[in-house]
Amino acid sequence: MTDTLETAAHPENLRRVAIDPVSRVEGHGKVTLLLDENDRVHQVRLHIVEFRGFEKFIQGRPYWEAPVMVQRLCGICPVSHHLAASKAMDMIVGATLTPTAEKVRRLMHYGQILQSHALHFFHLCSPDLLFGFDSDVAKRNIVGIVAAYPDIAKQGVLLRKFGQEVIRITAGKRVHGTGSIPGGVNKNVSLEERDYLLKDIEQIVTWSRESVGIARKLFEQNLDLYNNFGRFKAHTLNIVRADGAMDLYHGGLRARDMDGKTLFDHYDYSHYWDVIFEDVKPWSYMKFPFLRSLGTENGWYRVGPLSRVTQCDFIPTPLAEAERKAFMAFDGGKAAGATLGFHWARMIEMLHAAEQIRELLLDPDLQGNDLVSKGVRQERGVGVIEAPRGTLIHHYKVDENDQIVRCNLIVSTTHNNQAMNEAIRQVARQFIDGKKLTEGLLNHIEVAIRAFDPCLSCATHALGKMPLEVELLDAEGGRVDMLTRSSDGTFACQSDHA
Amino acid sequence: MSDTFQLDGAAVPFEPGQTVMQAALAAGHYIPHLCYHPEFKPHGSCKLCTVKVNGRTTASCTMPAEANLNVESNIEELNALRRTLVQMLFAEGNHFCPSCEKSGNCMLQALGYDLEVHATGFRHLYPDRPLDASHPDVLLDFNRCILCELCVRASSEVDGKNVFALSGRGITKHLIVNAESGKLSDTDFALYDKAMQVCPVGVILPKRVGFSQPIGERRYDKRPISAQALDDAPRQVDTSGNCEACEDPT
Repeated sequence: MTDTLETAAHPENLRRVAIDPVSRVEGHGKVTLLLDENDRVHQVRLHIVEFRGFEKFIQGRPYWEAPVMVQRLCGICPVSHHLAASKAMDMIVGATLTPTAEKVRRLMHYGQILQSHALHFFHLCSPDLLFGFDSDVAKRNIVGIVAAYPDIAKQGVLLRKFGQEVIRITAGKRVHGTGSIPGGVNKNVSLEERDYLLKDIEQIVTWSRESVGIARKLFEQNLDLYNNFGRFKAHTLNIVRADGAMDLYHGGLRARDMDGKTLFDHYDYSHYWDVIFEDVKPWSYMKFPFLRSLGTENGWYRVGPLSRVTQCDFIPTPLAEAERKAFMAFDGGKAAGATLGFHWARMIEMLHAAEQIRELLLDPDLQGNDLVSKGVRQERGVGVIEAPRGTLIHHYKVDENDQIVRCNLIVSTTHNNQAMNEAIRQVARQFIDGKKLTEGLLNHIEVAIRAFDPCLSCATHALGKMPLEVELLDAEGGRVDMLTRSSDGTFACQSDHA
Repeated sequence: MSDTFQLDGAAVPFEPGQTVMQAALAAGHYIPHLCYHPEFKPHGSCKLCTVKVNGRTTASCTMPAEANLNVESNIEELNALRRTLVQMLFAEGNHFCPSCEKSGNCMLQALGYDLEVHATGFRHLYPDRPLDASHPDVLLDFNRCILCELCVRASSEVDGKNVFALSGRGITKHLIVNAESGKLSDTDFALYDKAMQVCPVGVILPKRVGFSQPIGERRYDKRPISAQALDDAPRQVDTSGNCEACEDPT
């Protein structure tokens, strides 16, 4: 077994096991393992097999089209792309948002956080968490949850529905709306719409609290497993408000190393490329971002709920803040560093989203009519938002004719690429190495991936000179020929003929 | 009392000089159409308004109304052909409704919904049609052109500028800008030209407007095109020069 498990030293004659596709995640990916005759693990990789191309075909389109077009990256978190692109376009049109525009967008965003987190926890992950990682595969799905835990299933469905209703009212549609436009929004929230949402919000807050309780209980009942499953140390990245509070809509970048030392804080994201860069590897369509100060090998980091909840100074809503403190203190802080701590942190964020929605619904600015602003036109725009799965960066350059000439997207799942690979390699070491493989054991790999709530559709948006590698193997799995295309587009052929 | 003809079994009155389309719309009977516009001489090119008159097919926008004609329009045979025509239009251009700012206000999209076009039907041609964003106020997205020539007619007959024309033949026929450079910025086209207002799809667009109209308030969000077209009928210019069928570019 190699130390990193990224690339086997001698892949010849190793047995290849594939989990294809990885199920109960958004998008399409697969995991491959290379094992020897003694079932020892030599290589573990999460491959992303989708190919999208948004960064390329957005070129030439008018800038005001971007917030609507790029949200088609995803059917689960389109609001995140819609808003990140809108924030970038706010810079392009030189806008400072009116209070109504900012609050309607925030309401839309917290509706998105609520529905996406509910979808992930209840629909996708609860079968693993409530039945067990290696439980009967026939029941380990949402239908099984409905049969065994009907109240929890109903709660999950209705939480998600409420979030979708918030999105419908602010964006015009539950999925792929048009509410946010460069410089503002195209509608406010009427009193009738506000009252429609207000009638259910207390129930939503209550259910969200109970959901945090479910996550906590899972840790309490399986302390050793939950604390140590796929555990690894990672640097973190997220945005925080100027006072250090959690703010999922806007803030400055905060990065800390795996020992908690601050690498940069309140960093203006409009120059993100000075602190974050992207690496490519020949075996994945997904890029590998890293913190520049730490280099390509060591600079990978983790984003998302676990990073946000553990790295913010406080959560500015009382119920979620109390739950954050309990999470951070649990078992001497061990849950806060656990891969499965993602679930607990995610539920704390869902509670925060519900509280934020309640607060925003009572704000009269939602009924304002000053919806759009503009200022001095700019050439470049960067929009960053904390999407349900983590930090989301949209970067555009627009020419004098209003056409987009360059686009770079670094999505949440891309940030977590190396971290997910680390998690599954750790699980492979803990649960698979040297053991006879079973479906239940392989599901442990998927459980680690699902903890990140990856959106593989979003993460494969690039097109162009992506590195590719084609291998010709003989009957025993030994490599005969390999054709590679590097990131600069050049081809190379390596022959291993005797 | 005016004369009448029969349209799908109903008596439709008409005035001398009216076409079957004009009389039908005025009487509250919808006949699907794309290139017809009340302010312009009928063109008869899109063929969506094809009806059967005394058993023979003809374009209702060019067919003069006559007493005692037996006109069939809303029959499955013709609606199936209309669906095919709409499918062909979608396949010939690059119509991506999900990210098109004309979505909800687009006649082609609305017709697709109204005629229940549920599948593409034909292999898409994916023509390469770059945008013309050279004009400071107007964007031309040729990807969505359906060759109705309304902009050609409006620019020529109303604006007196001859900014647009169709070039090429058959499947290569396409909309061009009458300038040596081929760019709209090298013409005297203006935001308030009539040609700006008549495009039934998303080719001629005012810049920086985009998606400012919320979902729910767009023309065909409220009512299907079959009802909306009757609301607009007879689609005549009012005393202030405004036409309900045309869009306000602001």
